[in-house]
Amino acid sequence: MAIQTDFLKRSRYFFDIDLAVLDSIARFFFEKKAERGEMFLLEGETDEVLYFVVAGAVKILKTSADGKEQILNIARPGDSFNDAAVFDGDPNPAAAQAMGPVVLYGIRKGNLESIIRQHPQIALNGIKVLARQVRHLSSLIEDLSFKHVIGRIAKILLNYADDGTGTGQRLTQQDMAAMAGTVREIVGRSLKALESERAIRLDHHRIVITNKEALEKIMEAPL
Amino acid sequence: MSEGPIIDSDKCNGCGLCVSVCQCGALIMVGNVVTVIETKQCDWCTDCEAVCITGALRCPFEIVIENA
Repeated sequence: MAIQTDFLKRSRYFFDIDLAVLDSIARFFFEKKAERGEMFLLEGETDEVLYFVVAGAVKILKTSADGKEQILNIARPGDSFNDAAVFDGDPNPAAAQAMGPVVLYGIRKGNLESIIRQHPQIALNGIKVLARQVRHLSSLIEDLSFKHVIGRIAKILLNYADDGTGTGQRLTQQDMAAMAGTVREIVGRSLKALESERAIRLDHHRIVITNKEALEKIMEAPL
Repeated sequence: MSEGPIIDSDKCNGCGLCVSVCQCGALIMVGNVVTVIETKQCDWCTDCEAVCITGALRCPFEIVIENA
């Protein structure tokens, strides 16, 4: 298996790095494949490998003690994950799961540190990657902590529901996120929460409002 | 109304990520274009929409009130 240096060039870590340098460091990478659903990083375990998605998509998630899942990010081709654990040596902050067939390139912490010492531009690029991740996670924390998003989602569902007169409008989770001023990951979580409150039922491509009064109460609940 | 994901072919960049995460086979690549096949297997997991970076793929929900 040969590592494709063309692919490395697509990663933000290796932006503006000469092809000759990429050729010289390619030997430090290894390829890993996974099938849909496979977990290749577990939260709280130690895996000092920085992964790059070559093909497919990877869900980065945390799971609560009662099994609720919060997606932190979706890593697509060119994206990296497990950056924090590789740089601070602590356990993996989140789990990673293949959303379909996935091809990854991995590099071990020791090898990454060696190439960073020789090519400091890679460290600067890595800092930009980490800064981008901090911004994304800060935005997610803001939504989870300070916004009563579930109430806004309840309001959107009530406003856009078809009351039998054919006037309803179909909405994607992205549409609802834009309307509620949040991100798609939070909409998914809110819909699941509303379902567990038995206010709605997710039925294939339908969101069925099963308890309109309960949904109205959630909409009106104070922050 | 179609009960499959909806593709905006003008926005689709043909990366195929949606096809790779689709477990019911509702999406296929025809040439460089993602195409939706009518299937009853689609459970509306919306993973294809979640991974689509260009916003070309949409899984809209119909919102209805029970017994309305």
